[in-house]
Amino acid sequence: MNTLPQQLANGLFLGSMYGLIAIGYTMVYGIVQLINFAHGEIFMTGGFGALTVYLYVLPDGTSMWIALPAMLIGGGLVSVLIAVGAERFAYRPLRGAPRLAPLITAIGLSLALQQAVFNWYPDAKTDRKFPQIDAGPWHLGSISISSGSLFVIIAAPVCMAALAFFVRLSRTGRAMQATAQDPDTAQLMGIDTNRIIVVAFAIGGFFAAVAAVAYGLRLGQIKYDMGFQMGLKAFTAAVLGGIGNIYGAMIGGLVLGLAETLATSYIDEIPGMQQLGGGGWSSVWAFVLLILVLLFRPQGLVGERVADRA
Amino acid sequence: MTALLEVEDLKVAYGKIEAVKGISFTVEAGQIVTLIGTNGAGKTTTLRTLSGLHKPSNGRILFEGKPLRNVPAHKIVALGLAHSPEGRHIFPRLTITENLQLGAFLRKDKEGIEKDIQRAYDLFPILGERRKQAAGTLSGGEQQMLAMGRALMSQPKLLMLDEPSMGLSPIMMQKIMSTIVELKSQGTTILLVEQNAQAALSLADQGHVMEVGNIVLSGTGQDLLHDESVRKAYLGED
Repeated sequence: MNTLPQQLANGLFLGSMYGLIAIGYTMVYGIVQLINFAHGEIFMTGGFGALTVYLYVLPDGTSMWIALPAMLIGGGLVSVLIAVGAERFAYRPLRGAPRLAPLITAIGLSLALQQAVFNWYPDAKTDRKFPQIDAGPWHLGSISISSGSLFVIIAAPVCMAALAFFVRLSRTGRAMQATAQDPDTAQLMGIDTNRIIVVAFAIGGFFAAVAAVAYGLRLGQIKYDMGFQMGLKAFTAAVLGGIGNIYGAMIGGLVLGLAETLATSYIDEIPGMQQLGGGGWSSVWAFVLLILVLLFRPQGLVGERVADRA
Repeated sequence: MTALLEVEDLKVAYGKIEAVKGISFTVEAGQIVTLIGTNGAGKTTTLRTLSGLHKPSNGRILFEGKPLRNVPAHKIVALGLAHSPEGRHIFPRLTITENLQLGAFLRKDKEGIEKDIQRAYDLFPILGERRKQAAGTLSGGEQQMLAMGRALMSQPKLLMLDEPSMGLSPIMMQKIMSTIVELKSQGTTILLVEQNAQAALSLADQGHVMEVGNIVLSGTGQDLLHDESVRKAYLGED
């Protein structure tokens, strides 16, 4: 099944996962101008958190319809705790330090989390099977939708809409906007910006865990190093959309997912480019797209040019 | 009666560079007190320290007799001290109404907030006309009005204004200065930092002249306005 509608759908599924993870990069960057390079690992630990709930918390043979919400909560909890802990103990002490310091900390944290799972999680040295929903695939015209894909195509818009409402309408959301636009002045309004930063890390962590469950459901397995590639792609998506902008993260994710899927399926049909198709090239096309956007629209697809903060 | 604000031997340093080198002054309730001086004299640093955005390296700050030194910045406004920062610092991508609402972030009385937003529109009608516009699209003078209106939204006992006349046209400046006098008559105490010494001194009860981190001269606004050294250094006369 390699029709165009199917490829478009696959692109949307993949892009929704990128978008969910990209939210974490973009929210944290928007508020503290930090690229949390450990976010890919926060995504990964969310997957293992969810798996742990399924394997070791729930009784054997629990139906996936009951297990799935529990896995989302458990995985979300793990990701949120790690994200918030990283902020509190790794990044906060370095606030005000030169930018390179938190960046290197993030890379160190990323490796530490990978190695922790690799060494201490049972049988995590290779792929671990992820439980599957025993339903589907469903067919919509010529498109086949697996249960994992159905999950992500529902979860991503729900998460995004909830976030958009939260940021626009809630008191904390308003405080987040203020903190992102001018943190010192936000404090003058009485906003506890440290708390707002924690909320940003927590939301990013939870969304990453939702993406990790989607990843496990779609691919059937998770692995200690899955956060590297996905994190890098999601970061690309965030930059593509305009880093700091939550709508940009989702749009960037979708564009990247679509571009990657379409490029791998169709580029080899262009005369003279037969060698450049196929899955092995997917990352190449993703980053070519990034380079093009950075060249011609450096603020990202929906980002605003960063005005001088007088 | 104790003063509303007492600053005693305040020192503030950026790394090894001391920006404020031990200043003392008081602000009595109901007064307008001004700090004047050139760029780099330490006026803005003083206000930012009072607001908790910088930590002092030495000295005491008493607000209504309570020490402020270890109060974090976001808890200062709740005590009744509002700060309209230098360069206005409105939230550019939020609307005028949203900016004003943020000024009342810690207040819970919805009706009172609505009333005070209306009051800000009465004070500055242009803000009312453009209430749904992003604040970043306002002119400099309008942004200054918004910054003042926003600071007032917390119903402060002490309003600190940092360079409210900066970059404004003479007409706009007149408007801002007359608003300051009006606020005083409504009972708000004001600590005004200005480079425009003439304007600031003519409406201040008390004035202090700052030079490179020190207060070098203090007096009533009128005294300083007629002081020869002040006239030479800050009012452009020789």
